[in-house]
Amino acid sequence: MELVCPAGNLPSLKAAVDNGADAVYVGFKDDTNARHFAGLNFTERTFEKAIRYAQDKGRKVYVAINTFPQPKGFDRWKSAVDQAAAYGVNALILADIGVLDYASSHWPDLRLHLSVQASVTSAEGISFYHDNFGIRRVVLPRVLSVNQVAHVISRSPIPVEVFGFGSLCVMVEGRCLLSSYATGRSPNTYGACSPASHVRWEETGDGTNTRLNGVLIDHYGEGEKAGYPTLCKGRFQVGEHTFYALEEPTSLNTLSILPELKKMGVSAIKVEGRQRSPAYVAQVTAVMRAAIDQCLSDPLNYQPKEQWMGDLAEVSEGSQTTLGAYHRPWQ
Amino acid sequence: MKLSIGPITYFWERPSVLDFYQQVADSAADVIYLGEVICSKRRLVKPEDWLAIGNELKESGKEVILSSLTLLEAASETSSLKKLCQNDTFMIEANDISAVQMLSTAGRKFVTGPSMNIYNSHSLKLLADKGLQRWVLPVELGLDTLRDLQSDRPEGVETEVFALGRLPLAYSARCYTARSHNLPKDDCQYKCLDYPDGSLLKTREDQPFLVLNGIQTQSALTHQVLDQLPDLISLGVDVMRISPQHSHTMEIIEIFDTARKGADLDPLGEKLLSLLPLGACNGYLLEQAGMNLSLRATHATQQAS
Repeated sequence: MELVCPAGNLPSLKAAVDNGADAVYVGFKDDTNARHFAGLNFTERTFEKAIRYAQDKGRKVYVAINTFPQPKGFDRWKSAVDQAAAYGVNALILADIGVLDYASSHWPDLRLHLSVQASVTSAEGISFYHDNFGIRRVVLPRVLSVNQVAHVISRSPIPVEVFGFGSLCVMVEGRCLLSSYATGRSPNTYGACSPASHVRWEETGDGTNTRLNGVLIDHYGEGEKAGYPTLCKGRFQVGEHTFYALEEPTSLNTLSILPELKKMGVSAIKVEGRQRSPAYVAQVTAVMRAAIDQCLSDPLNYQPKEQWMGDLAEVSEGSQTTLGAYHRPWQ
Repeated sequence: MKLSIGPITYFWERPSVLDFYQQVADSAADVIYLGEVICSKRRLVKPEDWLAIGNELKESGKEVILSSLTLLEAASETSSLKKLCQNDTFMIEANDISAVQMLSTAGRKFVTGPSMNIYNSHSLKLLADKGLQRWVLPVELGLDTLRDLQSDRPEGVETEVFALGRLPLAYSARCYTARSHNLPKDDCQYKCLDYPDGSLLKTREDQPFLVLNGIQTQSALTHQVLDQLPDLISLGVDVMRISPQHSHTMEIIEIFDTARKGADLDPLGEKLLSLLPLGACNGYLLEQAGMNLSLRATHATQQAS
């Protein structure tokens, strides 16, 4: 079971490698990837250093080119593919059918993974991408229960990667337009959800309002810690009630089900968070490494340690974690 | 320009569904999409009922397409999709790549719905080679992108635009309607039946923002492209889709039918606004935030006065 960790810059990549990631995934400094944030990601120069650092230590580097180009931008996605391929990355993580077709026909030997943004939840869907573009691994969206993941793996023609830790998308990835509805920019078109450019923090007489392009996402009273206004994690009114109508600020944490994931044949565990700090990457990578090692060496007696859970809660959204869709009652 | 009626996205009582399609048979709509696209637990209208409704509509001269489920999770949903794709009477609207795979490997032609990510000509061409006959522009794309896609469109492929309806914005494993009643999805008590136009989500300052429809999230405002009809015609769009709402859908079809025949758009636009549950938006088509509304100059003047 491979541990795949995020890196938004060179210090994070080093933190991932030094703390035991088997592979690190990165993106370029533009809208070709789904973490297109100011000050984040790799230029050609830092990218070269990143590859060398990881590969010299026997680790892999994957490049996410996982947004959906429109006709005017398509050449930028082609360049991203060509650049990554020229530097000898270990795999590309792609979502768009057009980009997959380009990459598989121009770089037939390059390993391709299907991004979570491609939104594939069935063996038939995986076969489409396997038959047409020769993808060699698929990352599943965070919408399937443990049993459903096991079923997909049992019928999938290729290995399956799942999310193990990090911020939780509650909507099926690649088909969520909430952000562009409010701001004009979505993960698909722009590579960002609830973009910082549209966020406003507003002190009121009785606390803080957080807004996204003017829309009130939440209100925090005096003494309540205000969170980033990610659109699906605010408090709204439905009927008579005001509550976290879609999801609470919380992170996914699969430490308690690692042996199950291993048993059903999950090939790789992905950590979310290219936008997070090197300290986050170091802490999460170290915990996940220790947990996976223990799970692999003695799955029957595996128990998540309290220390691990505490370390992960510390870097979680709202300091709380969930099993998300893996756990049926969450749904 | 053809007019289509998209699949009913809400959970309606069976008599309401049957009554709706009797009215559709007499309407000016040309293409009718049928079936449950949101939740496999909604089974008041069964697969054989959809086939029967389809056959009746076909006899009334309509082109009938069966729409597939958008988010597949359970193994039983994949099995149902297989059965759907094996019917040899009607073409299928694929709302997930799984359906594309089943249909293309069986050598069947197909349509793709709004939740299929076709954002560039390269993707469109590849799917055309697989048997794509018609595609729906993803709702978050605007006229500029549509223009580029139309200029490079594969021969024989029709383009459809989501022309009126609450926007399909997101899908989840979680049922938000059940959650809003403190119920788990597995014991949802079919609460969606209480909300034939979905359940409204407002911000804490009472701004209508989204609509919960089971596992789907829609816009609270109704996306409408009437003002852009001349652009859509000049770009060679083949079909305009009306997404059913619980009331006034037939009047809305009439408005679009009158509009496509060249009537003055201003009075039609005003009438249309009065038929929508909570007002309109059209930002996506103008390359803006989807919730924005830009009215034609004449509308805007009237609004100001």
